[in-house]
Amino acid sequence: MALLEVKALSKRFGGVQALKRIDLSVEQGQIVGLIGPNGAGKTSFFNCITGLLATDEGEILFGRERENLEGLAAHRVLKKGIARTFQNLRIFRNMTLFENVAVGFHARTRSGLWDAFLRTGRFYAEEKMIHEKSMELLRFVGLDRSSSEIAQNLPYGSQKRLEIARALASEPQLLLLDEPVAGMNPTEKEELARLIRRIREKNIAILIIEHDMKVVMPLSEKIVVMDDGEKIAEGPPEIVQKDPRVVRAYLGEG
Amino acid sequence: MNLGKASEKIKNLPYPLQIVLFLGPFFLFPLFDKNTYHLDLLTGVGIFALLAMGLNVVVGLTGLLNLGYAAFFGIGAYTYALLNLHWHWSFWCGLPAAGLVSMLFGFLIGMPSIRVRGDYLAITTLGFGEITRIAFNNLDQWTGGPNGLLGIARPRFFNYSFSVNPTPYLYLVLVMIALTAFFLFRMSRSKIGRALVAIREDELAASCMGVPALHVKLVAFGVSAFIAGLAGAVFAAKQTIITPDSFDFVLSVLLLAMVVLGGMGNIWGAVLGALVLGVLPELLRGFAVYRMLIFGLVMILMMIFRPQGILGSQIIRRELGSPKEKGSDGTS
Repeated sequence: MALLEVKALSKRFGGVQALKRIDLSVEQGQIVGLIGPNGAGKTSFFNCITGLLATDEGEILFGRERENLEGLAAHRVLKKGIARTFQNLRIFRNMTLFENVAVGFHARTRSGLWDAFLRTGRFYAEEKMIHEKSMELLRFVGLDRSSSEIAQNLPYGSQKRLEIARALASEPQLLLLDEPVAGMNPTEKEELARLIRRIREKNIAILIIEHDMKVVMPLSEKIVVMDDGEKIAEGPPEIVQKDPRVVRAYLGEG
Repeated sequence: MNLGKASEKIKNLPYPLQIVLFLGPFFLFPLFDKNTYHLDLLTGVGIFALLAMGLNVVVGLTGLLNLGYAAFFGIGAYTYALLNLHWHWSFWCGLPAAGLVSMLFGFLIGMPSIRVRGDYLAITTLGFGEITRIAFNNLDQWTGGPNGLLGIARPRFFNYSFSVNPTPYLYLVLVMIALTAFFLFRMSRSKIGRALVAIREDELAASCMGVPALHVKLVAFGVSAFIAGLAGAVFAAKQTIITPDSFDFVLSVLLLAMVVLGGMGNIWGAVLGALVLGVLPELLRGFAVYRMLIFGLVMILMMIFRPQGILGSQIIRRELGSPKEKGSDGTS
């Protein structure tokens, strides 16, 4: 049974139909690659799923109960189990690495302002848990040694990994990665691909937007190709690569 | 500059120790200096410091620009004054009531206005500040109009009655600053504190990480208004007379300047900013007409050479929520 099943998702921006009845499904623990030329609507698709954009039509069914996430606010979508990273890095620049990851636990902890004021038992228990798990996640992405550094002082590649650690803090079942290796050198790309595989080993499904075919093809079990707001192909990487519509979308008519 | 490093070091001390170190000298001050004018000035600065700490929660920590903060101060002052004059509430009962009423207004004004941010929120709060002052001015039967309210009772502490002597007020204000700092430290070193800063850094990313941004911003607004309300009650009890023009736009701007000058998001920065901007005009009295000119010049130089403020360790870019950076996530 699919973990995420998107049915006929449509989104219009004024006169532009950004998404035309997109169907897409992600199985439990599966890595799915979402590719397509610039402006195909991939990020809009992510934004619709994560509650940043209101959809015009369609259903976003998620989880065992197949709840429809359509229309939920971003923080509620996260609580349901979908976390994401951003194409143009959106870490909390002036916070430490630890604090960045700790924010990810917001939805998974229950203490409030009064617990903080009165330093209740629940406050201490949760802070301890947040600290331990944050350090564990930073170790997982290889950043535990700089946990008290300010995030903006980190090199770009590390900031990308920090963003992933922060997303993992919410204990998602599905992780949406928006161009995770963009701007990285070949070594960093390889490392990140390894990291993505290790995330999958935690039984977290991954939907990944990526332009770098060398990264996304070997990683994905399924590739979905979008062009001009439409899904034009879907299937295993080796078959999609040969699809004439895909070739045309990338290389143009010829 | 070393100031940043020094403030980093101080930041690593446990917060109760920080409170003792920062406020201790002020507690000892009246033992050495018995000049009434100095003590009175310092008490006034203390009230500014409380206000700056409260404003810092919204502006410095959460990155929401509030230009009508004086209104909450005024609401606290009028609440205690009215409760005291009409129903003979004592200061100690009126104090929390003033905080709570102010907080209530914080929620009321917060609910519709925190949906917008940056420049738009600034204008919304500016409007609220003006409306409040004009309401104080025109609700004659309640607020005494432009003449204000007089004969507000001073506090009593067991058998001790406060009088014109500023020393007990100074101690009252210092204790309140200490308690406010204590709770603000506890708040900022918690999940809520991290959520506030995350919203300042990147509201969109924060909500995608599970922070209910509207709710958390409302909490910030409420806490901030509560502190202003307390400060207002102290102010009313100290002055015994309050008039609407004590709570005007200029005060809101001055408080904002204190927060920015001290270092946004830094609890002691707010206190220090209040101290500098409270004492500076008095020190410059010798310059007579040039006083405000020099005052302005100091502020300009400060912002050019140390934009992060005295104790700020990093420049906070999003304080005004520049539209460039808060735009929706880029499309592919």
